[in-house]
Order: sequence, then C-alpha cells, then structure tokens
Amino acid sequence: MLHIVNKSPFENQTLDSCLRVVGNVQGAALLLTEDAVFAATKGSIIEGKIKTAMSTIKVYALWPDVEARGMQDRVIEGIKMVDYGGFVDLVAEHSNCQSWL
Amino acid sequence: MGEEMTEATGGIDFEDEDASGVIKKFMFVNRKAPYGTIYALEALEVVLISAAFDQDVSLAFLDDGVYQLVKGQHTKAIDVKNFSPTYRALEGYDIEKLYVEKESLEQRGLTEADLLVDVEVMSSADIAKMMAEQDVVISF
Repeated sequence: MLHIVNKSPFENQTLDSCLRVVGNVQGAALLLTEDAVFAATKGSIIEGKIKTAMSTIKVYALWPDVEARGMQDRVIEGIKMVDYGGFVDLVAEHSNCQSWL
Repeated sequence: MGEEMTEATGGIDFEDEDASGVIKKFMFVNRKAPYGTIYALEALEVVLISAAFDQDVSLAFLDDGVYQLVKGQHTKAIDVKNFSPTYRALEGYDIEKLYVEKESLEQRGLTEADLLVDVEVMSSADIAKMMAEQDVVISF
C-alpha cells in the first residue's frame, strides 16, 4: 500500500501518525509531497524517525516539491526521488493508496 | 459624516490629524513554510504594504517559517512563483530587521549559511523580548 503525506512534520502530527501505523509494515511505501518533503532532509530532528522507517518501508519524495523548497542538496541518502510521472507510477504499482490528511 | 467615514474605513479616522505621521513598530511573525500554503506569500505582500506607509517593520521567522529563507529554491516544476528573491529586495524598502529563531534552525538541521539574506539569529528568549516591544504583532 502507498501512503502519501503532504504536511510538514514540524507543524503537524500526520507523518507521526502515518509512521506509527505503517512504519513497520512490509511492502508499504511512503511518498512525501508538498511540505512533507522537509521530513526527507538531513540533520533535522525528524531524520531518525525516517531512517528507522526506511529499514522496513520504501520512502519516496516528490522532486518538484523538494526543489521548490531548496532542499535538493539535503536529501537523506536512500530516499528515492520521483517526478509527477513517477508519482503516477507509484499509485499504479500499488494495490491501493491513502492520502493522510 | 465622521461616523460614516470611520465605518467605511474600518474604524480608522483619516480626518484625525494626529493619526498621520505616527510610526508604529510592526512585527510580522512568519511560521509557515513557503508553497505548501499561501501564508508566506501573503505575509510578504502585507510587509511591502506596511513599508509603503513608512512604518517601523521587522520580520520574525520561527518554526517552518525559517524555510522561507532557504537558498536554492527552484519552483518551475510546481508552477508557482518563486518569491524567495523578494526577501533580498526588502532592504530597498528600508526593511532590514529580519530575525530568525536559532532553535527553529537547529531543529531543521539548518544554519545561517543556508539562508539567502542577512538575518539576525536570536534565541527564543530574545525573540520574545522583541515581540514584547512591538506596537503591533501580525502572525502568519
């Protein structure tokens, strides 16, 4: 299952909730979009949480949102970048998806 | 007529001679990342308007607001205007007081060197002190 989060991890509990529920579910994938891409950056207090999740689930970030926010040189190694086409592919590849609101 | 006038002008009496030429200390508090919501851009618009009225303007950047000032923003692919160069233009409008909270930078793995404009990095306590000195604080 694909999980999509679009809110900053610093102002909202959505990413925490998502990782609590699916952070250790085999085969799950997480796509970070919009302000959630800040969770994909090195050196923040969120990095540990994301890295822990990455040992089990695949984590992706939407490149146009990363680049818009000037975060392109700060992305945690192992997080895969996808463009809009890649976003569509992820949705198509997974049996279902959830946008966490 | 006076009553009508104040209603139409949101309670501001433009007939009052004493009101003209008064300079107040305005602080705009920015706590949202750019692009995910419209707050950062709207704050910038209001800041520029207040500068046109020759007010004593300062900007504070806390929490995700610090992301507004990060270098290297490229927004072509999300089809949104990159307004980050505007922060560098504020100096031209005599807006030179940009305060950034140290704790917010640190939590996000950022340093002053990652920012696109000269700022004063201050502790939460010092930011609180600055806020307390303002006539008007507007939060975005």
